[in-house]
Amino acid sequence: MTESIVVDHVSKDFTMQYHRTLKQVTVATVRGLPLKENFQAVNDVSFTVQQGESIGLMGLNGSGKSTLLKLINGVMRPDQGTVRTRGRIAGLIATGAGFHPQLSGRDNLFLNGAILGMSEAEIKNKFDEIVDFADIGKFLDTPVSHYSSGMYARLGFSIAIHVDADIFLADEVLAVGDRPFKKKCLAKMQEIRAQGTTIFYVSHATASVRAMCDRVLVLESGHLNFDGDVEEGIRYLQYDDDSETDEGLVDGELGADI
Amino acid sequence: MKAGDKANKRHETDERGRRKNAAKRARALLEKKADSMPVVAPVDGPRAERIVNADLVSPAPRGGIVEVLQQRYLLRLIVGRELAQLYAASLLGLLWSYIQPALRFTIYYFVFGVVINAHGDMPNFAIHLFCGIVFVHYFSETWSGGTRSIWSNRNLVLKMRVPREIFPIASMVVAFYHTGPQMLVLMAACLLVGWHVSWAGIVAGILGALILVSFAMAMALMFSALNVFFRDFQNIVQTVTQFLHFMVPMMYPFSLVRDLSADHPWLYQLYMANPLAEAVLLMQKFFWAGTLGPAQEKFSREFPPDLYSRGVIMLGVCLVLLYLAQRLFARLESKFPERL
Repeated sequence: MTESIVVDHVSKDFTMQYHRTLKQVTVATVRGLPLKENFQAVNDVSFTVQQGESIGLMGLNGSGKSTLLKLINGVMRPDQGTVRTRGRIAGLIATGAGFHPQLSGRDNLFLNGAILGMSEAEIKNKFDEIVDFADIGKFLDTPVSHYSSGMYARLGFSIAIHVDADIFLADEVLAVGDRPFKKKCLAKMQEIRAQGTTIFYVSHATASVRAMCDRVLVLESGHLNFDGDVEEGIRYLQYDDDSETDEGLVDGELGADI
Repeated sequence: MKAGDKANKRHETDERGRRKNAAKRARALLEKKADSMPVVAPVDGPRAERIVNADLVSPAPRGGIVEVLQQRYLLRLIVGRELAQLYAASLLGLLWSYIQPALRFTIYYFVFGVVINAHGDMPNFAIHLFCGIVFVHYFSETWSGGTRSIWSNRNLVLKMRVPREIFPIASMVVAFYHTGPQMLVLMAACLLVGWHVSWAGIVAGILGALILVSFAMAMALMFSALNVFFRDFQNIVQTVTQFLHFMVPMMYPFSLVRDLSADHPWLYQLYMANPLAEAVLLMQKFFWAGTLGPAQEKFSREFPPDLYSRGVIMLGVCLVLLYLAQRLFARLESKFPERL
């Protein structure tokens, strides 16, 4: 087994700017209002993922899941700590791929494939497969700004899953698709999982996580509070509030936190 | 202060970062979403082990300009996209980038060449003027296009991992697409009136081109990053590019500026400190002076006496500037996602 992702004491801060223009800044200074506020989206998170592992990333909205994925995918750099990955990364983060609204689906497909590290020949080889899977039919040459949000997500997912990546990240992007498509996507993800691709799957749907993942990470306000078995992770997340189970879980958490 | 207190209260957490109402929120969320995704059973059979022939590296390497040049296919696609976007829903399309300089040339020629007669007895004034227009156009398009590039591509910058230097560099290639044919027109005009290419001229041409490219790249990189933080920069650039035509010797002969050096030496030095003026002079040495033939000697006052040594120094300065611009870009880049 080789290490696929190593995240080592990673933190990421955001600066929230309250005021934009010089006038607003001046007014705020005179009134003694805060100009900006720091906010830590990911707080001292460390974990290691082996190649081929399938990880379920869970947590409430705003707990730092997307930020963590962005750090792994390289869109952001950590302020402290290091992230290291092995091989090609593909995936969808925060609803929708980086498409250009004025370009046609076809052009966006080529552009997106190239950004994900595919060569021209590779994209041409897989072109039909990607279009078939996305099922956007005659809209392929229409600008993507005219797409429905479902079509948008379908095309994005289809490109990402066909990249032949070593690491695949799936944020809650599939939420906009219809049920048959979701099912198709998950089946495809199971397929690449069987081929040994490392998978990061973000979802609130416990049953789906149970079927897809070998291990669960739970983020709470940027802290990685649980890392381990799927069942325990789901139980941990449900906060069975009586203190007894809580104690047991804390032990489990410590045990799993290597 | 009030706003801050309120925010703190909302985000109050215990020592493990768990918010006060977390348990309630979690249960509600899980109940609501439990069924949101279908369950698909894992594929039967043993799981294959995937061998990855790569090192454990940072997913966001700091490759800078070098990394961009390694990904030529991606650069080509992004340039193609910029061009398509520029001329989307436009009848004349690419023709627009020739109409504008052609009009500018006509007007300058009429006003400065015919009405004011600024050039006196200078021969081939049209080539002298057009040479300046082409290269200044190249610079200002790279600069203003580059400045806007990151902001206008924020969709990609926010969601996909690309070396972000690729956007200002793409603007530079786009500018070349527009000015390349104009350079051909310039060359054709030179050949038409009789062009004597000398070694000294070629050296001047190469030196001028290098200064132009490195200076334009440095400015595009620097301002593209700054523009993410304050959109004022694109207005500043737009304003400055309006004046650029007057800051290089093209509609008036350089000898007028040179005469200035006696009374106002610092003004002359200031004028010459502009890398663009130096680049345009070198280009005129290559194109315009080449068309003069033996009469070239007579017009040696149209160039500074230390044209070449200034050129070499200026190239050095521009390369240092490019290096600094890349450093600045790399520093500001990590803040892009939260400012876009």
